Amino acid sequence: MSQAEAAVAGAGRATSPLWTFGILRSELTTMLRRWRTLALLGVLAAVPVLIGIAVRIETGDGSSPGPGGGGGGPAFLSQVTNNGLFLVFAALAVTLPVFLPMAVGVVAGDSVAGEANAGTLRYLLVAPAGRTRLLLTKYASVLLFCLVATLVVALSALVVGLLLFPAGEVTTISGTRIGFGEGLLRAGLIAVVVAASLTGFAAIGLFVSTLTGSGIAAMAATVGLLITVQIVDGIPQLSAMHPYLFPHYWMSYADLLRAPVYWDEVVKNLGLQGLYAAVFGSAAWARFTTKDITD
Amino acid sequence: MTESGTVTGPRAVTEPEPGAVIETRGLTKRYRGGQLAVDGLDLSVPGGSIFGFLGPNGSGKTTTIRMLMGLIDPTSGTARLLGHPVPAAARTVLPQVGALIEGPALYGFLSGRDNLLRYDSADPTADPRTRRARVGQALDRVGLAAAAGKKARAYSLGMKQRLGLAAALLQPRRLLVLDEPTNGLDPQGMREIRTLVRELAADGTTVFLSSHLLDEIEQVCTHAAVMAGGRLIVQGPVAELAAGARGRLAVTTPDPGDAARVLKELGVTGITADGDRVSAEAPPGDVELADLSAALVHAGVRLRSFGVERASLEDAFVALTGEGFDVAG
Repeated sequence: MSQAEAAVAGAGRATSPLWTFGILRSELTTMLRRWRTLALLGVLAAVPVLIGIAVRIETGDGSSPGPGGGGGGPAFLSQVTNNGLFLVFAALAVTLPVFLPMAVGVVAGDSVAGEANAGTLRYLLVAPAGRTRLLLTKYASVLLFCLVATLVVALSALVVGLLLFPAGEVTTISGTRIGFGEGLLRAGLIAVVVAASLTGFAAIGLFVSTLTGSGIAAMAATVGLLITVQIVDGIPQLSAMHPYLFPHYWMSYADLLRAPVYWDEVVKNLGLQGLYAAVFGSAAWARFTTKDITD
Repeated sequence: MTESGTVTGPRAVTEPEPGAVIETRGLTKRYRGGQLAVDGLDLSVPGGSIFGFLGPNGSGKTTTIRMLMGLIDPTSGTARLLGHPVPAAARTVLPQVGALIEGPALYGFLSGRDNLLRYDSADPTADPRTRRARVGQALDRVGLAAAAGKKARAYSLGMKQRLGLAAALLQPRRLLVLDEPTNGLDPQGMREIRTLVRELAADGTTVFLSSHLLDEIEQVCTHAAVMAGGRLIVQGPVAELAAGARGRLAVTTPDPGDAARVLKELGVTGITADGDRVSAEAPPGDVELADLSAALVHAGVRLRSFGVERASLEDAFVALTGEGFDVAG
């Protein structure tokens, strides 16, 4: 069959609506095959290992970790020696303010701008990927990266925790005890909530990424914004703004370790992330669908 | 809403596309800085042609191509691709258009084959069941099958160019838009691409070929358009364009001085002599060339050769723009 004949046949060919998801699969595998993504995940996996080893060394003589018997340092750290599962919560507490969102900022910031920079964006668009479809695909893959990154931290922490420390019943923040199995379930729930906490910031990164044709600039701007907002969130005089800042309720995931679970702030957090995702997702869409692609 | 699935009915293979495959009306692009890149372009590319799109760098060729492919919005004017308005119906029409725009762009960390798999999966009308086979065929067609497993960052410029072409050939296309397809290729590679373009055109695919290389256009194209400074200067069949410029009368003789004098007396203009070669503007059509040669011989001028050299596209271009074809930079 000649090219033109096939093309004519192709003009009326049946296409399956399912084929549209081929780009999502391609996007995910492409993202996960980048060296940068693997390096970020590697760093995230190393954090719990470092924490676990540090705690183990410091408590090797039987004392409790940290100066003053666990008064300082990240949340949950003092309980790690009693129960390895707590390394999961401690590692998430350590990585959530900086490491996790930084990794997400790099991936989200690069998502569109990096393709523009490499020139591959124009070929995806003439394929034709469709601008809305491509943007949705990009956001979906960044969201998946949020989940993968969080799970990498949690699983690494779980393995290290169980190797270095005893396991057993979990003492909740409220003081009650739950079985190890239920503790594991709570840990899984917490990982999902932590991943969801990053969705608002991921949308910001995607929006920034549509503004520029330089992947590096988009990554730097996104991560810079994160640091700025974190600083503002730490200044008591600006407390009026705090409830509207995307990282403000991030640490609320600890409430999932109460008995009964205290949902208020978790729900506020998820609502705030949804709001950020809607606002910056729309902004990214408005920008990307009208942009002249000249790179 | 796009009008997918209602594009055309079946048609014979070699029959050219009815009407124009690319048609623009007053297409204009003014960039935000105020720079007018394309100015009132009325382009018409006939179906089944190999259409050469000529112009020096910065003349607006690439901006035009980007507007045709829906990458940038025109400031004013309209463009139709295969009968559909772009960018409005871009998603309907682009699956039938293969494109190479401003050189290839690849994922360096992916192999050549994986690059093509990625581009193919971006097209929602591409059947995933035939994806691997189609990618393999495209790689074969551009002679990259042996290097398909290599990471694209290790490719030479010529290999990247071939991979870009392969991406344009992933599906059967009705139109191919190739922006400087022979860039970075050695003479052998250029010949291969020219052969490929001719094959594709023989199959009935319309090929829109932008280039700054005049002889390349002259060798493969049936039609051409010339742009300069954002404006379309001329378009039409290559033979007509070249015919528009008058050829040169060329005389080789051991007696150049006498020859020049006799020709001048016969009313021939623009005479220049260089060694034993005298050339002049070809005389108007009503002058019989044989009379000129007879007159020369009669005046005792010995002739080694005598004739009119056909005008090249370059002559036509110089005649049209009054300037050389400067492609520096």
